[in-house]
Amino acid sequence: MLMTQTRSAPVAAITEPSSVSVRDLRLSFGSVSVLSDLNLEIREGEFLVLLGPSGCGKSTLLNCIAGLLDISDGQIFIKGKNVTWEEPKDRGIGMVFQSYALYPQMTVKGNLSFGLKNAGLPRDEIERRIAQAAEILQIGPLLERRPAQLSGGQRQRVAIGRALVRDVDVFLFDEPLSNLDAKLRSELRVEIKRLHQRLANTMIYVTHDQIEALTLADRIAVMKNGVIQQLDAPQVIYNRPVNRYVAGFLGSPGMNFTDGEIALRDGAAFFTAPGMAVPLHKYRASKGTLQPGPAVFGMRPEHVALNAGADWPFSAQGPCEIVEPMGSDSLIWTQIGGQSFSVRVTSERAPQLGDIVSVGFDPINASIFDAASGERL
Amino acid sequence: MNPQISSNPATLATTVAGMDAVADRVRPGVEAGPRGSRRRSALSTRNVVIYGVLSVVAIYYLIPLYVMVVTSLKGMPEIRLGNIFAPPMEITFEPWAKAWASACTGLNCDGLSRGFWNSVRITVPSTILSILIASINGYALANWRFKGGELFFTILIVGAFIPYQVMIYPIVIILREMGIYGTLTGLTIVHTIFGMPILTLLFRNYFASVPEELFKAARVDGAGFWGIYWKIMLPMSLPIFVVALILQVTGIWNDFLFGVVYTRPDTYPMTVQLNNIVNSVQGVKEYNVNMAATILTGLVPLVIYFVSGKLFVRGIAAGAVKG
Amino acid sequence: MTSTTLSTTRPKRPSQLFRNLSAKLASIPMILTALVIFLGGTVWTVVYSFTSSRLLPRLRWAGLEQYERLWATPRWLVSIENLLVYGVLSLIFSFVIGFVLAALMDQKIRFESAFRTIFLYPFALSFVVTGLVWQWLLNPEFGVQNIVREMGWTSFTFDPLYDQSIVIYGILIASLWQGTGLVMCLMLAGLRGIDEDIWKAARVDGIPMWKTYLFIVIPMMRPVFITTLVIVASGIVRVYDLVVAQTSGGPGTASEVPAKYVYDYMFQAQNLGQGFAASTVMLLTVAIVVVPWAYLEFGRRKRV
Repeated sequence: MLMTQTRSAPVAAITEPSSVSVRDLRLSFGSVSVLSDLNLEIREGEFLVLLGPSGCGKSTLLNCIAGLLDISDGQIFIKGKNVTWEEPKDRGIGMVFQSYALYPQMTVKGNLSFGLKNAGLPRDEIERRIAQAAEILQIGPLLERRPAQLSGGQRQRVAIGRALVRDVDVFLFDEPLSNLDAKLRSELRVEIKRLHQRLANTMIYVTHDQIEALTLADRIAVMKNGVIQQLDAPQVIYNRPVNRYVAGFLGSPGMNFTDGEIALRDGAAFFTAPGMAVPLHKYRASKGTLQPGPAVFGMRPEHVALNAGADWPFSAQGPCEIVEPMGSDSLIWTQIGGQSFSVRVTSERAPQLGDIVSVGFDPINASIFDAASGERL
Repeated sequence: MNPQISSNPATLATTVAGMDAVADRVRPGVEAGPRGSRRRSALSTRNVVIYGVLSVVAIYYLIPLYVMVVTSLKGMPEIRLGNIFAPPMEITFEPWAKAWASACTGLNCDGLSRGFWNSVRITVPSTILSILIASINGYALANWRFKGGELFFTILIVGAFIPYQVMIYPIVIILREMGIYGTLTGLTIVHTIFGMPILTLLFRNYFASVPEELFKAARVDGAGFWGIYWKIMLPMSLPIFVVALILQVTGIWNDFLFGVVYTRPDTYPMTVQLNNIVNSVQGVKEYNVNMAATILTGLVPLVIYFVSGKLFVRGIAAGAVKG
Repeated sequence: MTSTTLSTTRPKRPSQLFRNLSAKLASIPMILTALVIFLGGTVWTVVYSFTSSRLLPRLRWAGLEQYERLWATPRWLVSIENLLVYGVLSLIFSFVIGFVLAALMDQKIRFESAFRTIFLYPFALSFVVTGLVWQWLLNPEFGVQNIVREMGWTSFTFDPLYDQSIVIYGILIASLWQGTGLVMCLMLAGLRGIDEDIWKAARVDGIPMWKTYLFIVIPMMRPVFITTLVIVASGIVRVYDLVVAQTSGGPGTASEVPAKYVYDYMFQAQNLGQGFAASTVMLLTVAIVVVPWAYLEFGRRKRV
């Protein structure tokens, strides 16, 4: 319907080859703005993860890309073609859903072939594609079963298969592993990664699980309130979060935050808080030099050493208040300058409750944020 | 559940005594006292009250059915003798035959059979048409939200509360203009119209409870409005169609008002004919024929009710589903 | 979150009107029904209730004349009085009996489905059938009165259908028999919807069962009560077939109800204006019940 108009949008704006490109996307329901001025370029063959808490707009963005939600403004390009007004089926995408969304009354084979039949493909081509997908996902023996007869893991494989048979360039995953238990989740995670390496097509993957994001992604886009906070490689996002929100959202156990301020002593920058003065000459400031003012000092628990001697750039002593065993590691909670602080150590080295422990860290690993804006300094 | 049992020492004693055999095996150091499953009397006050009340009420509910059946199997002389509760001394099916084939309503004397077939000819198309239209409405409302859809739906639901009497006459005019006033076609349309609010609500709520992702997946797979309706939604919602079927068949079969208003004597549905037979002033009252006719009229919905069981309950609860 | 203001200058996408075209086409029957029948029909009737239409609807204005005549007609006053008595009593009885039955059924009893089947089967029957059965049962010559007299109480009188002052109670008995099962079912569904943990908590706290019902469960069931109220109440206003079958409005006009008044004036007395005015009053009666409910129900939802 009305294909002629939708095709007439300009295609010339593309400069470098992007697989999926979202420009100035705006989406509002009535007066409620959900996404605003969102821009995103996804490279050919890239595995991009949209990460954020529920309600941050990540699934909404994915639905916009899929064409399942009509956007209010902006443009979406897939493979250089403006698909802003295209139907989902015409966008060259396959999609995998959290609840699997398998058609309950059809067999696995029926589920896989439904889209192809709608597209009017010849029967032998449908057969060929189903056989191929079944081989890749090892669901051959399940083809004649119905979804109700499958386990959760099998269902999600079939759901992936349904995207696979469409033979498209872009795969969209909407929290595909969230309904599975922990063990299956890690198995399928590996499988999706393997699939990506084998097919090398573009994948956009929505999740709230940071482990999935960190393990799968080429790049992660951390979202909050409909805005992409940071878009970068997993290691960069983990080690150099652009703001306090990203720093707190990634990492488990979470980063330690200490309120205090940046002070200059004899021209050298320090982070100071009651009972604490951390020299910052090794800290790589993101914008020039550090200016004095209120700040939040962030340090991941695994970057803190226990029984640290005076040779550490910073060390302090505090009581061991809580020990949280987590298997191979334990998390030790202590206090520095009246603010609680956690340290991650291997379980054999965990102190006893009530021991006085000395902790030390190197500010090179720190992330310092402006107290007011939360931006990285 | 019942605190009396545990606090009653006598019950405890019997419980313990009953476990003599077990007591031998009690390990030393384990204290004697309550052990194992608690004894409960089937004749506790609580049970007596509950089952007593329920049974009395159940009997009250069953009496009319019993009296109907019993009366319809008696001859008139026996009825005049007296007790409506007494079982028939001599069972006769003559009243049934008469009610079906030769009871008089005003001028005609061909019994309820004509009303029965009229009702069949009204109920079948009305049910099919109303379910078809309402299910598509509900589907469009739940899955293809469009501007104004909710507004029309709200009018429809509010309309369900408007007394029929308010809309009866305008519909008479419309049907008369269309030239189908007094025909079964006209009545079919009326039933479709008035079945629409509750059925649309039923289907809309059901389709809205189908995971939206399923619908999204079908759209990615290239299915359109009708494709998704016929191939995805319809096959997976058969139970709700059965609920709607029960609701409509019983509702339309039991209708009286629309039958009276929109049909003529030769197209009267069964309920109207029944009322005319029983409440006709001419002739001697034949109570046994009347009761046989009453049972015959109630038979279709009763059979549906007893066969469908839980689904019927779901159907009437649909009226209570919050939108 | 920055919210950009809507730019009105941007050209609308061309397909806006034809978006969801199939859905819109498929909804035509619903739209027609909503607009023409429900909205149009109601407005039409209300408008014509201010005319002097008799055999045929004519737009000859008569102001409030029909209403004045209506409220001066004894038969209408009896109808309204009957509706009030019948309505209030059937609400009270069906709620109390329905709730007690539901509470008893909710005690994890055996034969639950058998009991439910028995309590609900009258609801499957039409009002005509219900009315005729009870007409027979309450027949003074053969029915309950006769039985009791034969048992020895020769002066026992129970002939509601032949006594003008109590005939409405005879109808009430029949309608309770028919409809209480529905109320029970709705209440039972409400009871089942209450979190099992509430009962456990009350048991651990040692609250007696009747207190749990009175102070915890019933307040929690408010939405169910309201929905049931709306369903039962709108059924009460409509009551028609039951009266026609059971008493034909008699003896005399003692068991007339508004719905019957409307029908008789429209289709038998050929006094359309009276029928329209009476049905408009019925509409107002329903509105008094439904509008506050709809306001609460939908108003609340909007805020969520």
